Amino acid sequence: MPENAREITFADAVQEATAEAMRDDESVILYGLGVNDPGRVFGTTAGLVEEFGPERVFETPTAENAMTGIAVGAAIAGVKTIVTHQRFDFFLLAMDQLVNSAAKWRYMFGGQFEVPVVFRLITGRGWGQGPTHSQSYHSWLAHVPGLKVVMPSNALDAKALLKASIEDPNPVVFIENRWLHQTTSLVTKGSEPGELGKSRVVAGGDSITIVAMGYGVVEALRACNELKKLNIHCEVIDLRTLSPLDIQTIAESVTKTRRLLVVDLAPETGSIAHTIKTRVESGFRPMELPYTGVLCGLDIPEPTSHGATMNFHVDAGAIFLKAQTILGSVSSIPNQLNSFPNDVPPQGAFGPF
Amino acid sequence: MTDHRALYGAMLRIRMVEEEIASRYAEQEMRCPVHLSIGQEGPSAAFSLVAEVKDFAISTHRAHAHYLAKGGNLGAMIAEIYGKVTGCSKGVGGSMHLADKSVGFMGSSAIVGNSIPVGVGLGLAAKRQKNQAISWIFLGDGATEEGVYYESVNFAVLKQLPVVFVCENNGFSVYSDESVRRPKQQTIPDVAESLGCVSISVDGNDAQAALEALKSVSARVRDGQGPALIELHTFRQREHCGPNFDDDLGYRSEEYLDKWKLRDPLDLLRSKMTGADDAKWIEETQSKIATEIDVAFSEAKEARFPTLQECKELVYA
Repeated sequence: MPENAREITFADAVQEATAEAMRDDESVILYGLGVNDPGRVFGTTAGLVEEFGPERVFETPTAENAMTGIAVGAAIAGVKTIVTHQRFDFFLLAMDQLVNSAAKWRYMFGGQFEVPVVFRLITGRGWGQGPTHSQSYHSWLAHVPGLKVVMPSNALDAKALLKASIEDPNPVVFIENRWLHQTTSLVTKGSEPGELGKSRVVAGGDSITIVAMGYGVVEALRACNELKKLNIHCEVIDLRTLSPLDIQTIAESVTKTRRLLVVDLAPETGSIAHTIKTRVESGFRPMELPYTGVLCGLDIPEPTSHGATMNFHVDAGAIFLKAQTILGSVSSIPNQLNSFPNDVPPQGAFGPF
Repeated sequence: MTDHRALYGAMLRIRMVEEEIASRYAEQEMRCPVHLSIGQEGPSAAFSLVAEVKDFAISTHRAHAHYLAKGGNLGAMIAEIYGKVTGCSKGVGGSMHLADKSVGFMGSSAIVGNSIPVGVGLGLAAKRQKNQAISWIFLGDGATEEGVYYESVNFAVLKQLPVVFVCENNGFSVYSDESVRRPKQQTIPDVAESLGCVSISVDGNDAQAALEALKSVSARVRDGQGPALIELHTFRQREHCGPNFDDDLGYRSEEYLDKWKLRDPLDLLRSKMTGADDAKWIEETQSKIATEIDVAFSEAKEARFPTLQECKELVYA
């Protein structure tokens, strides 16, 4: 255990990363709806306006598109900007400024500008979040050259990768699953920024490689624990960054395990899971291809009814079954993975969120 | 008098550059869309006399005049239109994506309304710098119909940012006139005023009137009194995109065309330049500009294209 490390939540880690970055660099500002309200974006902006003042931490009009372009304008003039959105879904109003401005302002002017902006987006899941409060289009955004896309799965990475995102001279989309905010890790005060574009092996094994991202990593690790009891040893890789995409770490693991399962909680069509599968396969000779598969969400928007979501989400049980399909084994889902209710995080029920 | 020559010289330079682009366009070496400012030089000339080097400016698809007026490098602009690696955007941007950071010209965008919030963000940065710099945002009349325009004006007013919205109203969004886009009683300055943004409207083809308006507006904005909008009525002489005239299409009435053709901004100012040596000064100025343009075009033609690898290296910092 590193010195000074203590158990803190993902939400507190986001707050701590922001506060430390703002202390280190006076050019960093933060804005978004709710940053100074009583909820403080689920606690992730607590204490910031008190410490850094309203010139650096402020509420905004409900104007997602303009506030995105304003961040780009401030950034190209040297003001590093963090913009928060309490749901990814509202950020969809800002696609012009994200894709045509943020992602292009360096490229289309011949590299004259840096665009240091971080867009923090929170994705909902369950508890009736429904069609327009639960979407995560990380695969869309990874499709846009010029953007970096970060999706941490735990508090330690949330802090390290958010600090790295704030320091980065490029626009970064930082995606937080709401179900992760209350999870905890050992995190050190004043820790160094992490590195974008590096995935991490979070569980070692030689039976099958499972790649997951964001909250999917939590479910993958739960499945991994149960598969171990069947003598199936999963190597779980936390992707951490979708763009740049670290195929090398995955390919090295698959060379060892000869089997790959890529998990994405979002709808299957157009999912980055297929890109990862294809790129890994392309590194092998036709006669030596590993067994591979993907497990993604349905091509259906999340229904609001908690009754209808019973079999909707990709969870540990589904990963448990899919891994066995790739391995050619059959075993039914153990009781430990049959979580009910299924519309709240496994570490404890709470709602609304 | 000084203003006459300064204004006329600025307009003449833009006009001669644009006409050279138009006359050479058929050679098919400038292989990108060009939206020329011929007929709309008045606001840019006035702007060139009012803007300071420390100011920021941002523009639209029709950006040549604004870029040159802010002091953007001519040779780099022509090379950019030719798609050469010596272009201001290394050839990846083209006519619609011009920037010259060294003089505060921070970009232009092909997407209507797209650069408006970016300009407001530059205003936010300018306010933080506390050096009385202004962010000048060029936009067309069509852009005021985009939602992001309202969002941007609202935020600029809310934060009292040092921003000047410079709306060049040429009456047409490509072929669509204002009557199919906006209720008759609604004017661009009225709407901006209702959002709390001080607004004025002037004849943009009267370069002196434009200069006076920009001076008074910018003094106020520079003084920290919040954003302002200036609408400048003007006339696009050629087609929306390209080097030709398109009045044979009949989308602008004869009456409209007759009125505006008598109001060329260069001719209007030239008629006031009656000094003994004005004609000689104009001739000399034309000759200097012609030389500058010749150099810009020949250097652009000689330069090489960027490689795909060079493009790739621009994606991320």
